[in-house]
Amino acid sequence: MKKETLSILEHELVPEHVLMDESEVKELLDKYKIRRVQLPKIKVSDPAINGMGAEVGDVVEITRQSRTAGKALSFRLVIG
Amino acid sequence: MEIKTAAEELKKSGVDEEIVELIKEEFISVALATEIEEQLEMQVGQPYVDDIILMFGREVESEELNLGRIGREVNKIKVPVKIKNELRQKLRVVKTKLSKEKLDAILAAVEQKYEEAQVEPREAVGIVAAQSIGEPGTQMTMRTFHYAGVGAIYITLGLPRIIEIVDARKKLSTPTMKVKLVSEFASERNKAEKIAMEIEETHIRDIAKVKAAIEDMSVWIVLNAKELKRRYIMSEEVEQTIQDIGTALLVEVVGGGKLRIHVKDKSYHDLLRLEAKVSTTLVKGIGGIKRALVRRDPSGEYVLYTEGSALKKVLKVDGVDSGRTTTNNINEISDVLGIEAARNAIIEEMAGTLDEQGLDVDPRHITLIADTMTMDGEVKQIGRHGIAGEKASVLSRAAFEVTVDNLLEAAIHGETDALKGVTENVIVGQPIKLGTGAIELRARK
Repeated sequence: MKKETLSILEHELVPEHVLMDESEVKELLDKYKIRRVQLPKIKVSDPAINGMGAEVGDVVEITRQSRTAGKALSFRLVIG
Repeated sequence: MEIKTAAEELKKSGVDEEIVELIKEEFISVALATEIEEQLEMQVGQPYVDDIILMFGREVESEELNLGRIGREVNKIKVPVKIKNELRQKLRVVKTKLSKEKLDAILAAVEQKYEEAQVEPREAVGIVAAQSIGEPGTQMTMRTFHYAGVGAIYITLGLPRIIEIVDARKKLSTPTMKVKLVSEFASERNKAEKIAMEIEETHIRDIAKVKAAIEDMSVWIVLNAKELKRRYIMSEEVEQTIQDIGTALLVEVVGGGKLRIHVKDKSYHDLLRLEAKVSTTLVKGIGGIKRALVRRDPSGEYVLYTEGSALKKVLKVDGVDSGRTTTNNINEISDVLGIEAARNAIIEEMAGTLDEQGLDVDPRHITLIADTMTMDGEVKQIGRHGIAGEKASVLSRAAFEVTVDNLLEAAIHGETDALKGVTENVIVGQPIKLGTGAIELRARK
């Protein structure tokens, strides 16, 4: 007995990943006064961004459930 | 106050029946809540609104609840959502009505306390995290304990487990999964048992006696009917499995649960090899899951605990809740669910291990470790082959482990050390650029 499809995005360990558009990325980098490469990374092959159409160089916004803050935003740069 | 009594009071003060019914609903969306708020304001006037909303505000499903005077004011201050929610809840408990001045004073104080508690720029948070986990580590057990329950699965806990996590080991000493089931299977023991059999490895030797007979040069397989029944396996399945081992095999069904594999023109050695191969062939289950036990959780649902781990395959099994099933193998989680899930798993596993030992470590330290380990998009160990080994500074790497190798490697490649970090500046005897040391003062002319 096997399931046809498996959606890992519904797993409780996987937070919400959203692809950011360029203007949002610029705003983010300006806010923290950082360069793109200084962001944490995520692989383009990562299962959580699979099928999102993310390309190397894009930035993904992650909405984490934080133990201390309740909800926390995080960002990762897509790498190859 | 109970929702019910609150609703009664609302009716008495002349609020529409319809609105009261809405308030009694278990969950209210933000949009609906705003509408209710407006309606209430029209019907009973501003003074009541806050109190009424406070009575049911707890039930509104959004975190960023933006209701009533207190709710609105709390939303304005710059603190995390979790603190805002707690604050709202606490302010709601205050019986006497807060004046604007008092409320403002409370909120200003909260905001100030929050700012004070934040870490200063340039503070060495890594060292603080290391010490905060290192010290409790000295109080941890060095032994592997077994899980609660008789004859249950052994699991590495305490210090060895913490080391395993920060080393990001690919092969765990005791891989295990906690398999949650969908409600249909989680409520009945025998249904859960059936899924356990579905994922537990079953080899031919578990359900039959396999014996090589020299006299007629064949391998005899005598099926154990009881075991077959217990594991929900049909004897046809076994026959098919054996036939699938090799197309050249001549399998004969003798009857009475007996099977015979003829080995023609082969040596005695080949016969023994075939015997070994047949007995270890998988008939049912998922390779890597050595055992699956059904346990009843405190919440009343039946959960499977396994010895061995194969997340991807188990998630695909029908009846398994693929949203709540986890493994203690962080690398596996990273592969199947992604880097963010791996980060969450590191936090959960470390906090769980420390908590089990009765140690209280602030989640911020654990979060920092998880963040550092998952920085580069894959799980990296904290050690020679990971975080410490990838430092930019030669001196820092040499000071950590395998000094000579690091210096030699650096010499061959002609590396320079920019002396920006802590370790290298300690070595050369300069002030370190950290905390107050990172600030330079210049006299105003």
